[in-house]
Amino acid sequence: MRAEQRSGSLMAAPYTAFLLIFAAYPILFALALVFMQWDLVTTPAFSGFDNVRLLANDGRFWRAVANTFVFLSIHLPLQIASALALALALNRPLAFRSFWRAAFFLPVVISGAVVAILWSNLYATDVGLINGVLVRLGLSPVSWLTNPSTAMPAIAAMVTWKNVGFYVIIYLAGLQYIPRSCKEAIEMEGATTWQRFRYLTLPLLLPQTILVVTLSTINGFQLFIEPYVMTGGGPLRRTYSIVLYLYTNAFAYQKMGYAATIGVALALIIGTVVFIQRRVIGKAEAI
Amino acid sequence: MKMLKRIALYGVLALSALTFIYPFLWMASATLKPLTEIGTLSLFPDHATLDNYRTMWARAPFGRALINSMLVAGTITASVLVFGSISAYAMARLRFRGSSVLNAATMAVLLIPGQLTLIPLYTLIVQLGLIDTYAALILPYVFNATAILMMRQFFLQIPQSLIDSARMDGMGEMRILFTIFWPLSKPVLSIVAIFIFMGSWNEVLWPLLVVREQHIMTLPQLLTVFSLGGGAGSVGVSLASAMVLVIPVVIAYAILQRNFIESMAGSGVKG
Repeated sequence: MRAEQRSGSLMAAPYTAFLLIFAAYPILFALALVFMQWDLVTTPAFSGFDNVRLLANDGRFWRAVANTFVFLSIHLPLQIASALALALALNRPLAFRSFWRAAFFLPVVISGAVVAILWSNLYATDVGLINGVLVRLGLSPVSWLTNPSTAMPAIAAMVTWKNVGFYVIIYLAGLQYIPRSCKEAIEMEGATTWQRFRYLTLPLLLPQTILVVTLSTINGFQLFIEPYVMTGGGPLRRTYSIVLYLYTNAFAYQKMGYAATIGVALALIIGTVVFIQRRVIGKAEAI
Repeated sequence: MKMLKRIALYGVLALSALTFIYPFLWMASATLKPLTEIGTLSLFPDHATLDNYRTMWARAPFGRALINSMLVAGTITASVLVFGSISAYAMARLRFRGSSVLNAATMAVLLIPGQLTLIPLYTLIVQLGLIDTYAALILPYVFNATAILMMRQFFLQIPQSLIDSARMDGMGEMRILFTIFWPLSKPVLSIVAIFIFMGSWNEVLWPLLVVREQHIMTLPQLLTVFSLGGGAGSVGVSLASAMVLVIPVVIAYAILQRNFIESMAGSGVKG
């Protein structure tokens, strides 16, 4: 018994130390940094609520928050609709089923940096593939990433494309749990395909939809490499993301206190938004 | 009618598959095209050339970055498997003081967004004098809470009688873990290995913070810096450098496709 105690503590010791150094300390220090000004060179100075006040009045920060909501308002519906549609298409007897699945999942395994570089070329105004296709179809080319009103939608579409395979797998798992007897029962009642989808499939997939909404919201708030590579946050700061602003404050301006404050605010915003989303979706389900 | 529906279904599937695969094919073909042909839609270059690859290789240390990436991702994966399974074993099968606290702390860590701890971790690395070292890239990732929870969950299902009889034979806990638990835990170990390796292989924000020296950079970082800094100079060269990062992943994915999908979808980790 004592031997088990001892080997248990010994075996868990490295991980415990890791959690203290790389999780507990950074969390506490992040909260402390909110009340400090520090450029990494001089000693940290206590600054009271200066960072919080600055953040509350920082137009650039709130611009980034607003941009994220623009991103999410396009990304979330697009992500749910495309993942659901592809999952429904895959959830039937098919030839080459694993090939289709693998094809949809391919962008998920590719680095976000590569996808961003690739898509800035696909979106290029003069030589890009997408405008090439548009011109072929007799349409006029669009300056996707340099027009302030299309830049964020273009990035949102790209992120949807990159992650959809991941959410298809989540929906497919949910679809497999819908009992055959339910499907048969509703068909006996003479329900149309649409009615079956609306009153059987969609409600039963609610847990998966909540998961998709939560994960893609968290993911959306962490948007960084896409604007960093594709637009630098422009045009007119329309694609500036919260993490990009955090990174700039830390790396370019050496404002550790302020950057940490942005990090804490971001965590709070993510927590609040996800909480509200779950309440709203839960309510919608009750009706 | 039924036939028509089937044809429509396969048409839609083929079209969607094409939207996911075609951009990568276009990228591969663009790296083989001379500058004058980049704007064309054709997948097959009229005058195929390896110039883009030669230029890319000569302008920035991509070979070195490839080795760095393998070293960093490999070390992190090995550490998460070996050291992670040691603590997961203790948390699952041994009674010791504080084990429930450790469990709760592991769950709590999963709820904290990485951006909250990003800056304090960065200042910690600066103060330890670890900027521009491999240690800066590896240390914050030597354990992984998701991996520990997954391994712990799996270890909980292994029968106690195996442990008891091994102890009777005088085996220590470490030997029980590595000679009895590991062989039984291949499914979970391979899932953890893939998502940890991929996560590390694709990570770019953390390296951008803690590494400025080109020779320590991992592939995604060097690629980003190279393409943004204008080092590439042309689309073909910049895409050629992206290919160095993509080719190993696509080969591994083609071989281990099912494991990849299970692993990355199961862990909730995206690239």
